[in-house]
Amino acid sequence: MAVPYYVSPEQMYQDKAEYARKGIARGKPIVGLEYEHGILLAAENTSTSLRKISEAYDRIAFAGVGKFDEYENLRKAGIRYCDFKGYNYCRDDVAAKNLANEYSTLLGGIFTREMKPFEVEILVAELDGDEQGSCFYQIMFDGFIADHSRFAAIGGDSEDLVKVLRDAWKSGISLREGVRIACGALGRAANASAKLDQENLEIATLDRRLDGRIFRRLEAEAIRALIE
Amino acid sequence: MFKGQNYGGSSFFEMLRLDHPESVPEFSNLDWSTVQVPHGTTVLALVYQDGVLMAGDRLATEGYQVATRDIEKVFKVDDDCLVAIAGAAGPAIEMVRLFRVELEHYQKLEGQQLTFEGKANRLSHMIRQNLPAAMQGLVVMPLFAGYDHQKNRGRIYKFDITGGRYAEADYYATGSGGKDARSSLKKTFVDTAFERDAAIISSVGALVDAADEDRGTGGFDINRSIYPTCMLVTESGVEEVPESELLAAYELTMRQRQER
Repeated sequence: MAVPYYVSPEQMYQDKAEYARKGIARGKPIVGLEYEHGILLAAENTSTSLRKISEAYDRIAFAGVGKFDEYENLRKAGIRYCDFKGYNYCRDDVAAKNLANEYSTLLGGIFTREMKPFEVEILVAELDGDEQGSCFYQIMFDGFIADHSRFAAIGGDSEDLVKVLRDAWKSGISLREGVRIACGALGRAANASAKLDQENLEIATLDRRLDGRIFRRLEAEAIRALIE
Repeated sequence: MFKGQNYGGSSFFEMLRLDHPESVPEFSNLDWSTVQVPHGTTVLALVYQDGVLMAGDRLATEGYQVATRDIEKVFKVDDDCLVAIAGAAGPAIEMVRLFRVELEHYQKLEGQQLTFEGKANRLSHMIRQNLPAAMQGLVVMPLFAGYDHQKNRGRIYKFDITGGRYAEADYYATGSGGKDARSSLKKTFVDTAFERDAAIISSVGALVDAADEDRGTGGFDINRSIYPTCMLVTESGVEEVPESELLAAYELTMRQRQER
């Protein structure tokens, strides 16, 4: 019997992480930030039907970068989780914290046990009813989870993007100003297009002025009006 | 994906049945003909110029007793459609709750709304699942109405206990006072070019007639200020007709009838 090569756990984890990071870096980053009426999420996306940002539940949005089929499956699993919980208990019992934990457990398990880790990074954003209540959960390919308030970025260059956001972001900014800051950050990504406009921007909001399901996707027309 | 998730499709109801069978509303293991459960009575729907109107009285009965005086029987399901329930109230309300999640779940997973026809089909499927309970006396009779964005008009579907689904052209009423409400609508309903006010007056008249003839139907309870529910669905969404407007329509109807 052939003796298998010995690979140390450190080496194996390093290799997997490098593989996943490379995959994620190929995708374009996503930024999320708080504006006067709630949360704004923005991404560069040339497709009008394959979405990176979407609704998870009443006050929770989901965004994913990396391999589309992988984060799409995670998105669907999240919706099933939220809808079941909301049906079985109460709509107010569905919280982003629990959803983010589920993602973290799942991705952590896949990273440890499977040959190929998921090449995705996930952002779960939640808007609470009160004034100060935005929360962003960033979940990495290995299950690492971090929570941010006010603004967050995911994707290959997320650390650089967060620096841009930290310098530009102010409390109580308008949607127009928020979109400007988000575009400024997205434009700093290594693989960003030269021009960001309504043709390649995907923007959605969680608007606290609304009731019930508060996720809204901005149409191309609305985006054009905001960036003019 | 997540622990306990095996189902991979877009239906919430099917997911419940496969992954969480303990959470599926189940009423079929009792003989309901021997027990009294609250029953909802008269609901109606009619197509008018801008879309569709749906109304229902507020009374629920248990046999010859009043169970609830202010129950809601007309429900907004999403931005384009309503369900009204008659028959056993408990399972009917549970079915509406499930149907609401079913449509929202599909919309979120697939990124688009079901068509009006598609929604009616899903509801018919859910009624069929209740058939064993219906055979034992727990009959749920929903009325489904909404604005069809493909056909650009209001539409109504009625169902039977087997899940049979019938598109009604202009108006329909169901429940214990349904027949009386239908006879009333037959006299006042002109055509689908009905204006909003005329549609409200016509439906209020039908509920008054149903309450007059059927002991199970509540009508306008002036002493307690309990009025029927009346909702409209137009191209721009669902709107609840304010109580003041209903009361005005009621007073007008009564005045006209006294003069006759």
